[in-house]
Amino acid sequence: MKLHPMIAALRRHKAGVVLIALQIALTLAIVCNAVFIIGQRVSRVNRPTGLDENNLMLVTQSWVGAPSGDQPGDVDKLDSMQQADLAALRAMPDVESVAPINSLPLLNSSWNGSAALKPGVELREGNARTTYYFTDEQAFRTLGLKLVAGRAFTPADVQHRGFRDTSTPPVVIVTKALADKLFPDGTALGKTIFLDGGSSPSTIIGEVDRLQVPGTGSWTNSFTWNATLVPTRLDAGFARYAVRAKPGRLDAVMHAVPQVLYGVNRMRVLDDDSVKPFAQIRQEAYRSDVGMAILMGVVCLILLGVTAAGIVGLTSFWVGQRHRQIGVRRALGARKIDILHYFQMENLLISGVGALIGLGLAIGLNMLLMKHFEMDRLPVLYVLAGIVVVMALGQGAVFAPARRASNVPPVVATRSV
Amino acid sequence: MLVYYLDLAVRSLKRNRVLTTLMVLALALGIGASITTLTVLRLLSGDPLPQKSARLFYPQLDPSPKDSAITSKGRLPATMGYVDAMNLLHAHRATRQAVMALTRAKIMPPQAHAHPFFSDGVMTTADFFSMFDAGFQYGSGWTAADDESGAQVVVIAGFLNDKLFDGADSVGRMVRLNDHDFRVVGVLKPWAPQPRFYTLGLGGDHYGDGDAVFLPLKAARALKMGPQDTECYQAVDDFSHLESAPCQWLGLWVELDDASAVAAYRRFLDGYVREQVALGRFQRTDTSLLDLMGWLRDQHVVPDDVRLQVYLAFGFLLICVVNTVGLLLAKCLRRSQEIGVRRALGATRREIFVQFMVEASIVGLAGGVLGLAFAELGLFGIRHQPAQYAHLAHLDLAMFALTFLVALVASLVAGLLPAWRACLLAPAPQLKAM
Repeated sequence: MKLHPMIAALRRHKAGVVLIALQIALTLAIVCNAVFIIGQRVSRVNRPTGLDENNLMLVTQSWVGAPSGDQPGDVDKLDSMQQADLAALRAMPDVESVAPINSLPLLNSSWNGSAALKPGVELREGNARTTYYFTDEQAFRTLGLKLVAGRAFTPADVQHRGFRDTSTPPVVIVTKALADKLFPDGTALGKTIFLDGGSSPSTIIGEVDRLQVPGTGSWTNSFTWNATLVPTRLDAGFARYAVRAKPGRLDAVMHAVPQVLYGVNRMRVLDDDSVKPFAQIRQEAYRSDVGMAILMGVVCLILLGVTAAGIVGLTSFWVGQRHRQIGVRRALGARKIDILHYFQMENLLISGVGALIGLGLAIGLNMLLMKHFEMDRLPVLYVLAGIVVVMALGQGAVFAPARRASNVPPVVATRSV
Repeated sequence: MLVYYLDLAVRSLKRNRVLTTLMVLALALGIGASITTLTVLRLLSGDPLPQKSARLFYPQLDPSPKDSAITSKGRLPATMGYVDAMNLLHAHRATRQAVMALTRAKIMPPQAHAHPFFSDGVMTTADFFSMFDAGFQYGSGWTAADDESGAQVVVIAGFLNDKLFDGADSVGRMVRLNDHDFRVVGVLKPWAPQPRFYTLGLGGDHYGDGDAVFLPLKAARALKMGPQDTECYQAVDDFSHLESAPCQWLGLWVELDDASAVAAYRRFLDGYVREQVALGRFQRTDTSLLDLMGWLRDQHVVPDDVRLQVYLAFGFLLICVVNTVGLLLAKCLRRSQEIGVRRALGATRREIFVQFMVEASIVGLAGGVLGLAFAELGLFGIRHQPAQYAHLAHLDLAMFALTFLVALVASLVAGLLPAWRACLLAPAPQLKAM
């Protein structure tokens, strides 16, 4: 098929052609960037925390009238209150294991610091930022962490101290990411590090495969996988317990926990938010990401729909307008398929030009977004995929009007309208 | 004449029901999305204290010590350490000034059998209430003397007063906070500026309900109530003595009445910092004194996602308008013959132009009405989201008016090209073709 007569015909409909091409270009630009944002959000939401999240829950509670922690002996009193809670929770029939812990991944409540190879360096100067999980020897079983080197904590490693006390622990376990950051040659095991600019060393006794920090904001992007496990129970007027239920018994445990804890000591604050399955922590952490991805998805679909409808509308009009010419072509020997192909080719030409403009717009929009928002560079693959989608959309939209055009009988040529 | 055009437009729109529905629907979706996102943006970037915001300022300085090896990267810390905050507070160089930190207060209700609960609280100093225009239902704030003596007094929010004392005048009664008795000196009228500007940088929610309790900083700290957010720049031995620790955890707000007062305060702040550098405490002389709205912008109070949604919605509207231009053009060119007849019968170009613009604006108004419904639907959806600002999302009168303005402008812009093309048609060829 020759393109020359087609282009000559399109030149008589400049406004319509420009409008369709413009619409395709704009749609391509927005849809590419929106799909890219969706992809980023989805991969963010899907990254594993390093925990075995099933059958895991978190209890957050606070005592009323607990010792303040300032008097001598207060810390021991608080610790025995915490130990009593732990013992009661561990004695529950449906509970597999329980560990005291100051936070969990995705909880957005964290204690962060830095690890350095030398003692006494400035906090912001340390070799790597890290988050701390203060817990005990049951952490591995409870959280389902995977040890890749060294050993886990034993009861003998576990200490306890007041919440505001900042003494450094003799032994720690770090994530592989943190170990590799501190010791790029892979020899972290058995080495000593200095936490928070302190002067007493902590020995790395083990490495876990993966453990995410509690924060999900962009401020944690530089140390998302740098976690340090400290074998210390923190004693304060409040405590958090990670609880692993036996398979399938999570609901039963969640139901029973308040009574068990009130049974140990009635003077405490336990509200609706106190007992949470990990699934809920995950959902709350990523709610806005999921919401944004859904919104972007819906907008993309509507946009594609509107653009398709626009193409159907304009092409239908052209078919109506060229009714007679089509008849003449048919009378002169053009087959139905030729007419169909004519309109399909015409659309391919317009949407091709639109897609080319859209390619530029998509990259321009991406650069604009990168300037104003936290965005990465749009991979070319997304734009190429987008071009294929809008071209296919154009072909799909033009099919019905083109079919109608191909059904125009040759006899139209001889009729006056 | 207008009535005739309206009649013509309605007839023409009725003739192509599918096309008309498509145009109205697309325009309505674009308008609905734009108005929904704009409403949220306006809500989030609004002025929390319109009558006062120009007179409220947030001083910042960098307390990194002189011997520190670090060179801070540009931005000043959002908060101050205790020593500097108190030095600036006690200098009394502004009309009013208050330091503040956020805390969580454990409240024991006076009713028997009631469970204790946590509420948000502010640890602050006497000027807080008068500076931020927080009105009192009962009683008043505490005095500067109460600040100094560490008196265990408390100002509570109206909603907490309802909960604890059934809304009665509770001045003089005791509230049990973190296992200590505080005497109520005042009960606030509903007061919850949005965004919660004074919580920025202090670790609190940026939107949502107001705080429940307001405590004198010294009294609260004497009971070891801790701030929500603490940033330390050196190793800390003991977190229970934050006052002397190398940590930042307090925000300072000052009220300055005019430009000369602002300039004077700036000089004072610069002088203070230079003095500290000379004393060997600080190493950087940079300071900042942003006004309230400047501070909101500096702290990026509007979530990026919300701004991104506005971009998206307007891109969407743009495509919908382009789409409507195309469809209107198609419609009006299909009616070339009708136009030819009208021109031949004496209609001027202007009249043809007006006729098509009337048709476009009918589409626009219909799109506006439907768009309003979509916007209400969108805001209804946002109110049922768990965001902090969710329940504030309502369509106000200005946005209501803006909806129609946007709809009308969008449709008139969309109608311009088709109407122009229509009025340029020469009548003779069209008549000949018949």
